[in-house]
Amino acid sequence: MSKPVSALNGAQFHGIAEVRDLGLQGMITLRGDLTKPKLKSAVKSVTGLALPKTGGILSDETGSVAWMSPDELLLLVPYAEVDAHLATLQKDLAKEHSLAVNVSDARAMFSLSGPKAREVLAKLVPVDLSPGAFEPGMMRRTRMAQVAAAFWMMDEDTFHIICFRSVARYVFDLLTVAAQEGSEVNAF
Amino acid sequence: MLMLECPYCGVTADETELSPGGEAHLTRFGPGASDDEFHDYLFMRENPKGVHFERWRHAYGCGKWFHAARATDTLEVFGTYPAQTTKPPQEILDKISAKRPGWTWRDLK
Repeated sequence: MSKPVSALNGAQFHGIAEVRDLGLQGMITLRGDLTKPKLKSAVKSVTGLALPKTGGILSDETGSVAWMSPDELLLLVPYAEVDAHLATLQKDLAKEHSLAVNVSDARAMFSLSGPKAREVLAKLVPVDLSPGAFEPGMMRRTRMAQVAAAFWMMDEDTFHIICFRSVARYVFDLLTVAAQEGSEVNAF
Repeated sequence: MLMLECPYCGVTADETELSPGGEAHLTRFGPGASDDEFHDYLFMRENPKGVHFERWRHAYGCGKWFHAARATDTLEVFGTYPAQTTKPPQEILDKISAKRPGWTWRDLK
């Protein structure tokens, strides 16, 4: 077996904000009827978290549950535990119309941090990122320049961004250009 | 810039985050329909200057199809509503009537 590595293997950039490839992250896409108690309890047993509200994300130290669409959740769990969690989900939801898939290696995940993180990201996405309009606890799937991406805030100065692995270099380059020295806009 | 609120995720999405799906509320004429009905279903589309009903997909967001009522001449948006319907909800029709008395669109007015 070859050793798994993330798309950019921990690449970093320091400009007006810090961009970092976050390495391996376990991700499970779960589709199904989000109103079903069975699904809620399955998510709870895997992550220990409740279901987020529309457009939201709930996190604790080990993982997160993010709302992706009216019938889709993204579960973020430690990379090594994905197979075990997947087996639990598939067993718990065997009788429900649902789908749980390991998408860990199909994605890349970045962090964008620093006091200027908001305005760096605001250069790239058609989303109102002003304080008050976008806050920790919110999940947003959108377009980042020319590719699909999703992001949420860990705290006031830190974004986590996910995209498809095939466009990881593109997204990293976008972020580094947007975060280059001297490119402050001071919009917020 | 056209901005539409996705009725599923509540996000006010910029046009570049959406993909257009053409005219809304078409009746599908398939096997068993007359040639004229099938022709009209395939080719005859409204091209109004004013009130229009369209399908949009929140392509970069939640991925769901929804409907939008808007004015093609001013880009004013009267409202958006889920796609699981064959005609616009009454409240959106009332809103259009309040703003554009005398409007018509196919057999709606």
